[in-house]
Amino acid sequence: MFHFLIKRLLEIIPILFLVSIFIFLFVHMIPGDPARLVAGADATIEDVETVKKELGLDKPILEQYVSYITNLFQGDLGTSLKTKRPVIEEISDRFMPTFWLTFWSMVWAVAVGLLIGVISATKRNKWQDYLGMFGAVSGLSLPSFWLGLMLIQLFAVTLGWFPTGGIESWKSYILPAFTLGTGVAAVVARFTRSSLMDVLKEDYIRTGRSKGLSEHKVTWGHGLRNAMIPVVTMTGLQFGFLLGGSVVIETVFSWPGLGKLLIDSVAYRDYPVIQAEMLIFALEFILINLIVDLLYGVLNPQIRYE
Amino acid sequence: MVELKLSKKEEYLQRTLDKSTARTPVSEFWRKFKKQKLAFISFFFVIFLILLALIGPFIVPYDIAEPDYENVLSGPSTTHWAGTDPYGRDIFSRIVAGTQISLYVGLTSVLLGAIGGTFLGIIAGYYGKWIDRIIMRICDVLFAFPGILLAIGIIAILGPGLGNVIIAVAIFSVPVFARIVRSSTLSVKSTLYVEATKSIGAKPRRIIWKHIFPGTLSSVIVYFTMRIGSAILTAASLSFLGLGAQPPSPEWGAMLSGGRDYLNIAPHVTIFPGLAIFVTVLAFNLLGDGLRDALDPKIKD
Repeated sequence: MFHFLIKRLLEIIPILFLVSIFIFLFVHMIPGDPARLVAGADATIEDVETVKKELGLDKPILEQYVSYITNLFQGDLGTSLKTKRPVIEEISDRFMPTFWLTFWSMVWAVAVGLLIGVISATKRNKWQDYLGMFGAVSGLSLPSFWLGLMLIQLFAVTLGWFPTGGIESWKSYILPAFTLGTGVAAVVARFTRSSLMDVLKEDYIRTGRSKGLSEHKVTWGHGLRNAMIPVVTMTGLQFGFLLGGSVVIETVFSWPGLGKLLIDSVAYRDYPVIQAEMLIFALEFILINLIVDLLYGVLNPQIRYE
Repeated sequence: MVELKLSKKEEYLQRTLDKSTARTPVSEFWRKFKKQKLAFISFFFVIFLILLALIGPFIVPYDIAEPDYENVLSGPSTTHWAGTDPYGRDIFSRIVAGTQISLYVGLTSVLLGAIGGTFLGIIAGYYGKWIDRIIMRICDVLFAFPGILLAIGIIAILGPGLGNVIIAVAIFSVPVFARIVRSSTLSVKSTLYVEATKSIGAKPRRIIWKHIFPGTLSSVIVYFTMRIGSAILTAASLSFLGLGAQPPSPEWGAMLSGGRDYLNIAPHVTIFPGLAIFVTVLAFNLLGDGLRDALDPKIKD
């Protein structure tokens, strides 16, 4: 297990390195001069030159990259063009709301997705299966922003059960977390169904049945445990879907998180913030996938020896 | 010359086989596909949508751009089936005219992504070694930016607009196709017939075009169909966020975004474009599922 951990950690280093280059180059890929952008529309040539010196844009690109990385390790992500506050402060204010939103979305989506998947697999080609799978493909096809708006109109405006947006109490989480998790619940349900159906064909399931185990024990005890292995990997990838989806959902629900900050920053062309956000989202996603990989190793003893 | 004779022989063989019990891959596919009722219906619905995209703007009952301030935000009625928007424009006409935009964005972006991804995937899978490593590392990096975020990042660089949405969604589809095509290239490459072709001295280009590419095609087609739905969703989301199509374009996401402020007094402005997105994406997803079940030999009933 220890070797497996080391191997995985070593594998992500080149990816982290490439991601950092990609994000560093981000500002350089914008058409036009970043220094002019920072200095503002009515800046003189001297102003632009000063800004260029301040940002270190007059130095060779390799040197710029090294100082970018050095600053990064010291927690310096630059200054927001819009608020003039350090980017790290802007981001740390917004981190937890997004984290909890994605967390609760994931929790309900996995619970409901697993349940629907298992029911569909065990009741194959019966009405429960058709209903579950039609529900799942519908969940995949719903535009989340539209679903969010409809839920706000029905449950927040008309019925007044939940707030329309922002974070006030635990009730504020219900509608956005439901909206954000729908797509993931659908993917988990579909994936669990196909994975469990494959497993239920295996010999050891037949053995279980023939030695007189109840169908319940066969499905939940033997079947699901093995079917879970690919489902776990899939779920990890879905975290990326959630992080991306949070951008849309936070805009709909005026959620004070990273996603809304990103959209506001794109509108304002606040490049230091956009750059930092891309980095945070990428790091978070890489980290979650690392955790999922390790979990995969725990669930599947075979993989540890490969 | 020799090849021609062979293919004629093959054709003859095929014809005699057809008359007996064996089925051609196409008829076998059709037989399986017809069994998937939902996918079959979706197939016709998608054809209907494509027709609508082609002729929609010419058959709509109202001008999609002309404001009518006498008739602002009126609800669904017999004259305006889906009501009117804040400028008094007929929402039904705008949705029909907008079909073109959504299908165009969905199809072109996935097509570009599929072409790029297939090319990279075949190169990586066939040549292996350092080319494979470089291509796959680039894919890993693109994959590190979850979901729609890569598209938003690209638009942050290129600026908002529908054309840039197509580029963004295409780039974001490239690694998906590259991975799938690479893995099917690897499996086709190790088959006996490719070994045989190699042993008689066929050039890599011929092997790739005649054998590897057709071998990867079925998974590309399945993913192509499945990605169209999500590409349409992504493009609509970006337009909703103000990064894609801009008003007064009848793009569904942009229409929905415009209706947001009137949700309380005129919910129909938001409901109908959303339904249009939902039904269209659902049709493509169901079609993709059906194609997967019919083309993937692993799933047998």
